[in-house]
Amino acid sequence: MGSRVTFFEVEILDWKTKQQLCFLDKVEPCATISDIRLMFHKSYPKWYPARQSIRLDPKGKSLRDEEILQHLPVGTTATLYFKDLGPQIGWTMVFLTEYAGPLFIYFLFYFRMPFVYGLDDKITSSPHPVVNLACICHSFHYIKRLIETIFVHRFSHGTMPLRNIIKNCFYYWGFAAWLAYYINHPLYTPPSYGQKQINFAVIMFLICEAGNFSIHVALSDLRRDGSKIRKIPYPTKNPFTWLFFFVSCPNYTYEVGAWISFTIMTQCVPVGLFTFLCFTQMTVWAKDKHYTYVREFKDYPSLRMPIIPFLL
Amino acid sequence: MASSEEDGAGGGGGSLEEKEKGRKRRLGALATAWLIGYNIAMTAGWLVLAIAMARFYMQKGTYKGLYKTIQKTLKFFQTFAVLEVVHCAVGIVHTSVLVTGVQVSSRIFMVWFITHSIKQIQNEESVILFLVVWTVTEITRYSFYTFNLLNHLPYFIKWARYNFFIILYPAGVAGELLTIYAALPYVKKTGIFSLRLPNKYNVSFDYYYFLIIVMASYIPLFPQLYFHMLWQRRKVLHGEVIVEKDD
Repeated sequence: MGSRVTFFEVEILDWKTKQQLCFLDKVEPCATISDIRLMFHKSYPKWYPARQSIRLDPKGKSLRDEEILQHLPVGTTATLYFKDLGPQIGWTMVFLTEYAGPLFIYFLFYFRMPFVYGLDDKITSSPHPVVNLACICHSFHYIKRLIETIFVHRFSHGTMPLRNIIKNCFYYWGFAAWLAYYINHPLYTPPSYGQKQINFAVIMFLICEAGNFSIHVALSDLRRDGSKIRKIPYPTKNPFTWLFFFVSCPNYTYEVGAWISFTIMTQCVPVGLFTFLCFTQMTVWAKDKHYTYVREFKDYPSLRMPIIPFLL
Repeated sequence: MASSEEDGAGGGGGSLEEKEKGRKRRLGALATAWLIGYNIAMTAGWLVLAIAMARFYMQKGTYKGLYKTIQKTLKFFQTFAVLEVVHCAVGIVHTSVLVTGVQVSSRIFMVWFITHSIKQIQNEESVILFLVVWTVTEITRYSFYTFNLLNHLPYFIKWARYNFFIILYPAGVAGELLTIYAALPYVKKTGIFSLRLPNKYNVSFDYYYFLIIVMASYIPLFPQLYFHMLWQRRKVLHGEVIVEKDD
C-alpha cells in the first residue's frame, strides 16, 4: 500500500474584486507556484506566467516560482490572489533596446545628419580630434554593453513591466541625444587643459571599462551552473576584481568611473549631469544590493561598502 | 532609468491602524508652538500685503506702480514660505515634501525669475490678478492652519479654504500664464538667463524656450491639482459620504 497523497484544492481570486477566477482541484502538494501559474495560464491564455502576481494576501508580496504549495501557510484548500502585472518584456530585450538606441542616436549627431545642425553643417566633420575620440569611446561603451547582455549576463528575474521600458528609453535615448548634440556641435570647445586632460581621461576610461567587464564576468561565473542562489562574490586572480575587497558592487563603481572619465574627456555639462544622475541611481541600487547581502550572509566581509571604498 | 527588480506587487507594509496612529501622533509642544507662530506670522504678512495693495489703489486710483510699492514685502513673505518644505521634510507637517516643494517652487519662480527679473511687465494687469489671488488664498490658508493648530477652527474659515479655490485657482493660473506670456518678448530681446555656444562648458540654455515649456507644463499639472483639491473638498465638507473600498 503506497501512502495516500492528500491533494490540494487551489482557488484563485482577483485581488481587487475577490471574484473567483479559477478553481484547481487535484493539485499535488509538492506543486510549485510556477506549476500553478502554468495551470492558471491554461484557463486565461492572455495572462502568461510572467504577468501573474500570485500572493497569499490581496495586497501581499508576489510569491516566487520556486515556492512549494504544501510549505505555504495554507490549508488543503488554498486561497490565492491574482494581480495582473501588465504586459511584460524580457530583460534581454529591455537591455538591447535601451543600449542600441544611444549607440545609433549618437551616430546621427556625429555624422551630422542634415536635420541636426542645419544644412550649412550637414555631413561635415569636426576639426577637433577629441570629438572623434569621444565617438569611439561612447560607441565602445554601448557595444560592450550589448555584447555583455547577449553573452555574459545571467538574469535572476525573467521580466520587467512594459511601461517601464517606455520610461527608460525616453531617459537613455533623450540623454544620449542631448549630450551627442553638444559634443558634435560645430561650436564645440575642446577641453581647457588640452591633450593632457584628454589623455588622462582616455586612460581612466579604459581602466574603468576593463574593470566593469571583469566584474560582469566574475558575477556571471558565480551562476555558471544555472542556479538562482545568491553567492558572495570574491576577488579573483584578475586585478580589476580586487575592488571586491572594498565594495559590494564594483561594477557600478567602474561604471561611474567610466562616465566621469567621459565627462573629463569632453568637458561637457550635459555629460556631467548624466554622470551625476547615473551615480545617484547606482548608489541606490548598490545600497540595496549591499544590505541584501549583509542580511543574507552572516559572514559577509565587513570592510565592504556599497559603491565607494570606505565612503558610501 | 532601468529599475532594479520591480514586480509591481505592493510591499504589504503597515496595516491601516498603524497609519491612523501615525497621523494622530501628537506633535511635541515645541513643534506646535513653532508652527502656530509661523502661521500667525504668515497670516499677518499677507494681511499687511493686502492692506498695502488696497491703500495704494484707493490713494492713487490706479494699479500702475503698485507692484513696485509692495515688492519687498511680497518677496520677503513668499520666500519665507520655503520653510514649509523643511516642515514636511522634518515631519512636523504631514504633507508630501514633493507636493509642497513644487508649490513653493512655482511661487518663488514667479516672484524672482519673472516679476523681479523682467521689470517691463511689472505693471501688467495679469500681475495684479495673481497678486490678489495669492493674497486671498494665503490669508485663508494660513489662518486655517493657525486655527486648526489651536483646535478652534471656525466653520467659515474651513468653508473658505475649501471653496474659494474653485474660483481662485483658475484665476491665479490665468494671471501667471498671462504674465509669463507678456514677458516672452523681453526675454527674447535681452537673452536674460540664457547661455549661448560656444563656451567652455559645451552647454546652452535658452530661457525663452524654457518659459514656453513651463507654460505648456501647466496643461497636464493644473487639472490634476484642481481635481485633487475638489476631491479633498468633498472629503472634508461632505465627510463620510465617500467610503474607501478597503476591507
